[in-house]
Amino acid sequence: MSDEIPEIDSVAGTGVPIRGNDIDTDQIIPARFMKVVTFDGLGEFAFFDLRFDEDDNPKDHPFNEPQFQDASVLAVNANFGCGSSREHAPQALMRWGIDAIVGESFAEIFAGNCLALGIPTVTADHEEIVALQEWIDENPDGEIEVDVEAETVTYGDTTMEATVDDAQRRALTEGVWDTTALMKSNADAVSEKAAELPYVDV
Amino acid sequence: MSEGTLYDKVWEQHTVSKLPTGQTQLFVGLHLIHEVTSPQAFGMLQERDLDVAYPELTHATVDHIVPTSDQSRPYRDDAAEEMMSELEQNVRDSGIQFSDPNSGDQGIVHVIGPEQGLTQPGKTIVCGDSHTSTHGAFGALAFGIGTSQIRDVLATQTVAMEKKDVRKIEVTGELGPGVEAKDVILEVIRRLGTEGGVGYVYEYAGEAIENLDMEGRMSICNMSIEGGARAGYVNPDETTYEWLENTDYFQENPEKFDELKPYWESIRSDDDAEYDDVVTIDGSELEPVVTWGTTPGQGVGISEPIPEPESLPEDKQDTARRAQEHMRVTPGETMEGYQIDVAFLGSCTNARLPDLRRAANVVEGREVHEDVRAMVVPGSQRVKAAAEAEGLDEIFEDAGFEWRNAGCSMCLGMNEDQLEGDEASASSSNRNFIGRQGSKDGRTVLMNPRMVAAAAIKGEVTDVRKLKEVTLA
Repeated sequence: MSDEIPEIDSVAGTGVPIRGNDIDTDQIIPARFMKVVTFDGLGEFAFFDLRFDEDDNPKDHPFNEPQFQDASVLAVNANFGCGSSREHAPQALMRWGIDAIVGESFAEIFAGNCLALGIPTVTADHEEIVALQEWIDENPDGEIEVDVEAETVTYGDTTMEATVDDAQRRALTEGVWDTTALMKSNADAVSEKAAELPYVDV
Repeated sequence: MSEGTLYDKVWEQHTVSKLPTGQTQLFVGLHLIHEVTSPQAFGMLQERDLDVAYPELTHATVDHIVPTSDQSRPYRDDAAEEMMSELEQNVRDSGIQFSDPNSGDQGIVHVIGPEQGLTQPGKTIVCGDSHTSTHGAFGALAFGIGTSQIRDVLATQTVAMEKKDVRKIEVTGELGPGVEAKDVILEVIRRLGTEGGVGYVYEYAGEAIENLDMEGRMSICNMSIEGGARAGYVNPDETTYEWLENTDYFQENPEKFDELKPYWESIRSDDDAEYDDVVTIDGSELEPVVTWGTTPGQGVGISEPIPEPESLPEDKQDTARRAQEHMRVTPGETMEGYQIDVAFLGSCTNARLPDLRRAANVVEGREVHEDVRAMVVPGSQRVKAAAEAEGLDEIFEDAGFEWRNAGCSMCLGMNEDQLEGDEASASSSNRNFIGRQGSKDGRTVLMNPRMVAAAAIKGEVTDVRKLKEVTLA
């Protein structure tokens, strides 16, 4: 495989807050934008229905605000990314410019999809996330460092403890988050397993 | 950690290796693909010059974008046509079986797998669709994956996963008249929350579950993901085996049935299995459940008042307030009488033959309310044909329902079937998220198929148990 898989120990950049629990993947990328056969160009449709009205006029939304246009760290609340398994959701966020997400909690499939793209999904308590979101509002140009290895998020004078799922931390920091090559190298063990399972006829 | 559960056993049986990340490399027994989430994965394979490793363990259908009215090619929607063509090309190049619309076998991926006998107990089943949990009804370990994982499965027939905890959800007692599997799962999600299942696999057990037919079990497992659990399952039993015996696979390979049955029996959860959590729900106390909000956890018994946001846990209050504003519902009132504009009977949750039969029983001899547009979208071409053989299509059409072709349709509004403006729908589907049914101002009320039928007739959310001359058994 030609791809070099980078190790991701930390991600740094300015932030953008998206508030609310249970933000589902239909909101992150409405289904009508999934009628495509590549992920290219999905970035402009991130949160589309929350960002634009019927006549495509911009509404109040952090992704529309000029001070957040260069943001790469998304700060969210609980159960972010629930619902449909569409990888189009993290693809859209990534293509908009997001490199890391800090939140209270994430839906599992969404977090897995983020990992496949090398986007850390880091969790912290409600109070800490609210404080981070407020800080971002006041300091849109302020840098946030998401340290995956150390499991911390640092902004201004604050360093907060965060949690990174063990497998995710190892995958990102050791550069093994692209699993295709890794698993392909076990092809013999896979064919042994296929032969061993009673229901497989191959 | 759990021990001796079906999940533990199937996990163990399918473990290929331990990856450096600490994840398990898990063998995939059946990979289902459809037109929306697979084309990018095939693209990724091409970029790396990789082939599909086990095309014989892969099966394709088309469901999300397929029109349910005029299906002549090319499709009127260019984007839909492009996605369909891409899928056709990919399955041809890779030698993957395709239940396409000309086969008579096409349908929603979670309807056709069980129909054809592809879905079996003790299999690991994945698909780029969160409702893959449906197949757990057969005692399979089935879960949704993202497109990069589809690439992994196409290239290696394995997936990298972390083992989850197991929560047993025991539904005791007998469900009352008019109360269905859908009500059970809406109640589970309401009690445990939309994120209550994160980190868990759900095992559904107890008398009320064991008494359900396979279609009911599928409705329950289907919505595990709405409760945050990526997979849910029911231990296989005689009801499961009876279904399997009548599927294509076992009709064509009857010797396989006897050969595999010991395996199916062996993967059932042990009587003394250990669970990470156990929740008990008294099924006999349930009534039809409908949603009042914009997450599937915002449900309420049909005779119960919509909750005051202040009465909910603090972290749910904000979402509840915004949901009530969007839905224009008033706390303290019940959902009965909530006006609807659209009735949608369809989706991978509730569009199988018994779902349509029950709804038809409510509809028979009645008429759809004049202000309601109502449609039935059967889950598969086979469901459609079987329903037509029983004359269900005539019952629905005589009442004023549209009788459509199989597909995902208005569950997610990727084809022409969409809500318009602020229309409210009574829907047998699985998600009431804002915008889900194609209009960002649309309002979705989730309910069981008979309740959809009742709402279609009355033009408002209606307790089907109060309709006269309806057999609810």
